[in-house]
Amino acid sequence: MTMLEVKDVYKSYGGVAILKGVSFMMNKDETKVIIGPSGTGKSTLLRCINQLSPPDKGQVWLNGEEITNPQSNINKMREKIGFVFQDFNLFNHLTALRNDSIGREKEKKIEKEAAYKRAMDELTRVGLEAQSGQYPAQLSGGQKQRVGIARALAMDPDLILFDEPTSALDPELIGDVLDVMKSLCGKVAMLVVTHEMGFARNVADEIIFMEGGIIVEQGPPKEMFTNAKMARTREFLGRIGALYGDEEGR
Amino acid sequence: MDGLKTTLGLTAFGILFGTILGVCLAIGRSYGKRPLPFFIIIYEKILRGIPLLVLLFLLYFGLAQIGIHFDPFAAAVLGLGLRSAAYQAQIFRGSINSIPEGQITAAYSLGMSRLKAIRYVILPQILRFSIPGWSNEFTILLKDTSLAFSIGVIELMRQGRYIQVLAPDLILVVYLLIALIYFILVFSINKIMRLVEKKYQIAGYQAEAHR
Repeated sequence: MTMLEVKDVYKSYGGVAILKGVSFMMNKDETKVIIGPSGTGKSTLLRCINQLSPPDKGQVWLNGEEITNPQSNINKMREKIGFVFQDFNLFNHLTALRNDSIGREKEKKIEKEAAYKRAMDELTRVGLEAQSGQYPAQLSGGQKQRVGIARALAMDPDLILFDEPTSALDPELIGDVLDVMKSLCGKVAMLVVTHEMGFARNVADEIIFMEGGIIVEQGPPKEMFTNAKMARTREFLGRIGALYGDEEGR
Repeated sequence: MDGLKTTLGLTAFGILFGTILGVCLAIGRSYGKRPLPFFIIIYEKILRGIPLLVLLFLLYFGLAQIGIHFDPFAAAVLGLGLRSAAYQAQIFRGSINSIPEGQITAAYSLGMSRLKAIRYVILPQILRFSIPGWSNEFTILLKDTSLAFSIGVIELMRQGRYIQVLAPDLILVVYLLIALIYFILVFSINKIMRLVEKKYQIAGYQAEAHR
């Protein structure tokens, strides 16, 4: 069953066209990875999906409701779409626990105790129950990002958007975050913008290769890595594979 | 001393009024829809551009001419608060600007409305960041309550004048005493605010933590 449908989305910033007609679909609990060179509009696409920057043209549908319709309640829709940021964006004045409970508490009108309990469950799930009382400034990058993932999970989302979740992390911390993401596979739909080719190859149901504001090619990882149709896809995957030195994946 | 009570009353109501209005002005200027920020800028420019004494005279004597009468205490609180709000708006706006854009983006992504994002994410942070600047404004306002004597509020200064009239020989002592009272008040406020700042500082967030 189609859960997310992106139809012919266009977006430009200050006269520069970033997205030039992007369309794709996602099923429930599917994992898709978006790859492509910098400045191709991957992050912009994610922000168009949850309307942090609404598209200029085109539609986004979630569970049969049109998000891009100005009449729809965007705050309600965003509760169903988690977002994990490259630079974490944790609330600096709140503990890890409160970071993860505040959305549930204030948005879903759930009692504090229940929201705390749920936040604690999510922190345990990402392996940070011991850090629940610490503030973001006291956590490492990898821990912060895992709190960020738990914050998204605590809202019971249908879909989580990951915007380069490991790009701001030290190499040895990336593994922890990727492990958490792998563990979510098949439990919630994930749309991940990343340069982690190992993750793309081993975890994704489908890889979307974007360049110049359009989708160049998409397909299952196996096909994309061994048998890409477009010369450009092959070139990009070859180059990034050499750069990250992980032909076999992380 | 009744004068002291009045001075403290003026300060308390003035700072309360000024802070509430100041926070609203700062948020309105940063997050409000046009033309609201434009009007707020004009308000700030005017209120920061005229001396408090002139403002007090305008409110108390000026407005009376067109039929708006305040008692002296109310006029003084209004004048102190209105002017303080303009300065405090600048303090709070500085704090707002120091909060990364990502904080409000993250709040939106959880499904919070603009108002909720400001209430639960922005406001708690700007209030903390503003404490040093705000303590300054607090003590300035306390000292400026002395200007209220000019429109007939019987506060510390006015009582000093009464004593001066009754016992002219004591002028020096009386005003030294008044100066001392102000000094002790300001000193205590700064001490208290320092404690408040410490209590509410965000763990691991202050530069001092590393010293």
